[in-house]
Amino acid sequence: MTRAVAIEGVHKAFGRVEVLRGVDLEVARHEVIALIGASGSGKSTLLRCVNLLEPIDAGRVVLGDEDITARRVDENEVRKRIGIVFQAFNLFPHMTVLRNITLGPVEALGLSRGEAAERADELLRRFGLLDKRDEYPDRLSGGQQQRAAIVRAMAMQPDLLLLDEVTSALDPELIAEVLDVIRELAEAGMTMVLATHEMGFAKDIADRVSFLDEGVILEEGPPDKMFSEPEHPRTRTFLQRIIAAGRL
Amino acid sequence: MSIATPPGSPSPPLPPGDRRSRILGGRQWEGRYSVPIAVASTVIFFTVLILLVINSPGWPEVKRSFFNVQVFRESFPDISRKFLKNVGAFMIAEVFILVLALFIAVLRSLPGPVFFPIRALALGYTDLFRGIPTILVIYILGFGAPALQLQGVPRSPFFWGVVALVLVYSAYVAEVYRAGIDSVHPSQVAAARSLGLTRWQGLRFVVLPQAVRRVVPPLLNDFIGLQKDTALLALVGVLETFRQSQVDVAGSFNYTPYLATALLFVLITIPLARFTDWLVARERRRHQAGSAL
Repeated sequence: MTRAVAIEGVHKAFGRVEVLRGVDLEVARHEVIALIGASGSGKSTLLRCVNLLEPIDAGRVVLGDEDITARRVDENEVRKRIGIVFQAFNLFPHMTVLRNITLGPVEALGLSRGEAAERADELLRRFGLLDKRDEYPDRLSGGQQQRAAIVRAMAMQPDLLLLDEVTSALDPELIAEVLDVIRELAEAGMTMVLATHEMGFAKDIADRVSFLDEGVILEEGPPDKMFSEPEHPRTRTFLQRIIAAGRL
Repeated sequence: MSIATPPGSPSPPLPPGDRRSRILGGRQWEGRYSVPIAVASTVIFFTVLILLVINSPGWPEVKRSFFNVQVFRESFPDISRKFLKNVGAFMIAEVFILVLALFIAVLRSLPGPVFFPIRALALGYTDLFRGIPTILVIYILGFGAPALQLQGVPRSPFFWGVVALVLVYSAYVAEVYRAGIDSVHPSQVAAARSLGLTRWQGLRFVVLPQAVRRVVPPLLNDFIGLQKDTALLALVGVLETFRQSQVDVAGSFNYTPYLATALLFVLITIPLARFTDWLVARERRRHQAGSAL
């Protein structure tokens, strides 16, 4: 298996708070990794570091075989190859869905408007949003907004897609439609790292589950093993809490 | 909840509750008698006020020197012709203010330690021109700059008066823009950057369009002030409407021309103020419609 991305000994602190304390994680191409862990364990920060939205303090991130955290790396070029979807969608409210999706391809990738629109329409059709292409985001339901945000990231045709708790801000009845989109992307072979609280879903689609605890990956493995017989006591405690909350 | 408004329509179809509550100052007064009550109280209020004024001991004198129909008729055409000069100054200044202020606001929002000198410069500019009374800037530039006798630079007081207004108002408008820029959530920038857009592209396509939209009402507020301040150009010798009214007052020994000038300003600024209110109300309705979903 070829490697898509390798995170090596990444440290990140905000002021005195050490959020990441030496994270190591390898993702193979076409692999789906579920990043689980309590709130504040550093899942979001890790994803933002991979996308260079946060500078790291130590360690490195290697995309393909390029160290993207080295000096002199053009972060804009890197971000064109890594998509990220946020918990709060972050669609641009002053643009139609179509313009949201074509902005990156036109302005960053240099596609013509026609090419970008074609690419957008294809994705919108695939994910059942074609009738929303000319709507503004505030006319869409949360689930539709998040699907549009996923389409926006996918329109860049990234090598890697990062999903940062993309269903956490949604009403329960809207979660399924977003998970279906992610499932389809996984089946189509998209390389993804998803931070999630949806354990059932993680168990279902992840090739590997990584448990992030206090800024380090404490344990990782195939979902069957991670959810049924985790080795580390802290992993066990975390999963027991999740089960007690009825989320698994 | 949201209502489609035909573009350019001066009075949008408001839901009746909104229309009434805005004029009457509170939803608790909504009801079928609210309009007649408002009309009656307005009529009574102004009748009493007018009776008070015209029964005051000095009224005949004031009436003669401020409300002289004859003088009004004679001076109004000239004064309104000169008012075009004020409108011209306003429109020219406005264009330059919008551009210069946006430039300053963007400079002030540049991040990182490298840009500190530029930020400091922009900050110094806004502090300076908000600190000096407008009238002094007009005097200094209107009398000082032509005296430099620079080659190829106009020496007319009109030119320098407008420059002074641009400099002063750009400082205020830059602050308005900056508030708008600051009001755009950082997550919008993160989303733009995550698509590989440069900092400048993020500003241009994502931050500024949202920022400008939000600050249109306060911008219009500043322009109402600007429109009025064009009268200050009279002080450096621009023959605009206020200067003309001074001339007419001196010629007729009557103050009615001042009133005529005031009337002209009000005719421009009141519609602008109502338009601003309408924009604010529309923005609020949109916002409510958006968050209701």
